[in-house]
Amino acid sequence: MIDSLLILVYIFLFPGFLFLITYALILEFLDRRIAARMQHRVGPPFYQPLADFVKMLGKEVIDPDGVDLPVFDAAPLIALAAVMTAYLYIPIFGSSPLAFQGDLVLVLYLFTLPTLALFLLGWLSRNIFSALGGIRAVTQMFIYEVPFFLALLAPALMAGTWSISEIMVWQQKNMWFVFLQPIGFVIALIGLQAKLERTPFDIPEAETEIVAGPWTELTGRRLAVMHLTSDVLLVAGSALIAAIFLGGPTISVPVTPIWLSWFVGFFLFLAKTLFVVLILSSIKVATGRIRIDQLNTIGWKYIATASLLQVAMVIVINYLWVSS
Amino acid sequence: MPEVIVPIGPHHPALKEPVNFKVIADGEKIIRLDLDLSYNHRGIEKAAEQRDFIRVLPLIERVCGICSHSHTTVFAKGIEELMQLEIPLRAQYIRTIIAELERIHSHLLWLGVAAHEIGFNTLFMWTWSDREAVQDTLEEMSGNRVHYGMNEVGGVRRDLTPEQVNAALVRLPVLEERVKKYVDMVNNQKTLLVRFKGIGKLSKEEALKYGAVGPTARASGVDYDVRRDDPYLVYADVPWNVVTDTNGDVYGRTRVRIGELMESIGIVRYCLENLPEGPIRVNAPKTAPKGEILSRYEAPRGELVHFIRTNGTDKVERVDIRTPTLANWTSVAMCLVNQNLADIPVIVAAIDPCLSCTSRITVINSDNKKEGLINFDVLRKRFRTRYQSPERP
Repeated sequence: MIDSLLILVYIFLFPGFLFLITYALILEFLDRRIAARMQHRVGPPFYQPLADFVKMLGKEVIDPDGVDLPVFDAAPLIALAAVMTAYLYIPIFGSSPLAFQGDLVLVLYLFTLPTLALFLLGWLSRNIFSALGGIRAVTQMFIYEVPFFLALLAPALMAGTWSISEIMVWQQKNMWFVFLQPIGFVIALIGLQAKLERTPFDIPEAETEIVAGPWTELTGRRLAVMHLTSDVLLVAGSALIAAIFLGGPTISVPVTPIWLSWFVGFFLFLAKTLFVVLILSSIKVATGRIRIDQLNTIGWKYIATASLLQVAMVIVINYLWVSS
Repeated sequence: MPEVIVPIGPHHPALKEPVNFKVIADGEKIIRLDLDLSYNHRGIEKAAEQRDFIRVLPLIERVCGICSHSHTTVFAKGIEELMQLEIPLRAQYIRTIIAELERIHSHLLWLGVAAHEIGFNTLFMWTWSDREAVQDTLEEMSGNRVHYGMNEVGGVRRDLTPEQVNAALVRLPVLEERVKKYVDMVNNQKTLLVRFKGIGKLSKEEALKYGAVGPTARASGVDYDVRRDDPYLVYADVPWNVVTDTNGDVYGRTRVRIGELMESIGIVRYCLENLPEGPIRVNAPKTAPKGEILSRYEAPRGELVHFIRTNGTDKVERVDIRTPTLANWTSVAMCLVNQNLADIPVIVAAIDPCLSCTSRITVINSDNKKEGLINFDVLRKRFRTRYQSPERP
């Protein structure tokens, strides 16, 4: 009984949805503030993301003509639900209580849903800009998804498990994967940046070309929910990278008692996700948008090859390890 | 994907000015495009005929918000030539200083816009914050940031004090440092190179054939600059070079503008250091003798032409303004064919279009899809019926 109550608290309050949404809004603020400071701007106040969210919730919802409304309404909610579910399997202050063998695959699958929702929104909007943006979103997904998956597969192969929490525990005993697989780390960051559709991969919503891409016809609550999805994806994505490559919320020194280890773990989680977001913001500020055909070339020629190379190296190392 | 028509403008976040491109695209490739110009009729040329030479300059200045000084200088220059006035050297130096400062702020603005078009907002923010230094200098000198109001027929309206000259000279080295940084960025920054190189190619022959002017033409290797080839003000006395490039693409146009930034800083510095003493204006006669003149000027965007006809009164009989953007449109339409949809904004931006100067003729695209000129009375009638404004005398 007490266990199920704790699980409910874990899912809904802390470190579940309530904390997740708060942290997502804070991270969006930090991301915008960091970018602004790098661009010689002042940047928004800390409550700006929340204010935007509340404001958009209150705005009129405009239904474009001839749109399949049930799907159009559902797509943003499905996207948000998918990323929030994915977050539950990622370690926050210790191994996730919901962890199971194979949750890495589930999380990667759930991460794909927002992009598909965007494509659906773009396709349903009956707007040329949205349709082009939706097509670009899916095209881009096919380019970055393969290297991204391969980059996250390599640590799983080396640790010999498909559970994110167990990969984290393996790193606690041995070494962070960022040192063991630096190529994979870089590719995972690129993949996450592309998944979040941030510069240089903001091709689907290229403001100066196709207005806002799939977002063009989104208004009011739909827009608010999609924005929140992006923010939550930023938290979940950076937490995933932190857990798989940066050792997650653990350190190699054993900490007792258990509550202190949770406290330290939570602090490490904050520090590492912030570190990942800092890198992502720097990439955003330091680049312009590339074209979809250029991304195609770069993605398949270099990034995919590099990720295959990383996997091959892991297999060879594993083989030598076992035989020695 | 089948052919789709992507409408760009007149309401589009990339194009804040009244022009419409109907881009016929096959997936991401552009097959051809229709240009629809002139959504605006501003009636400036007609209004200019009704004002005397003192009151017409503020109007001419408002043709454009960026090259405001260019328009007044080219107009005043033409009228002065008709009146056979020799304006004082100090006035010519001050006009040159303002003209080149205007070029610097226009090119910095352009660099920011071009970077924004490819999603590189950092460069956009940086150039625009550096542009403030130029704007501040202009404000100190003229009292205004956009419409400087420096020109009048016969000279300039405000003198430069030694303090203003010193303040400007202090700002220049800082600006030069920043521009050098941008030169470095344009030549080395990866995303800029990837998005600018080989985009919107225009060969030298095409540039000449379609009548491109200014940095667009010079980037294609056309060695032509009114400041050197038909010198006015003090350009003949100041050491400077015409910047050309052989790339012929957006990258080339960027390099030409960056080069011109450095040249302009040099010109401004020379003029400030060698500012001669003397009066700043001569008294101009009220009327100009009957005559016609074609006054040319190298505006930041290219060759600006004012055709002026006078009839012996204190007003012009006709003034016709040919802006550089109008001359460059055809070359843009040619550049865009077979390019990527994603490259439209940056190719269009590469000529630094200024539509508020250009759209001064009305071509109405009415419901029956017919295009043609309409006269002012019809336009007024339409305006009244549409907005139901009361009849005015």
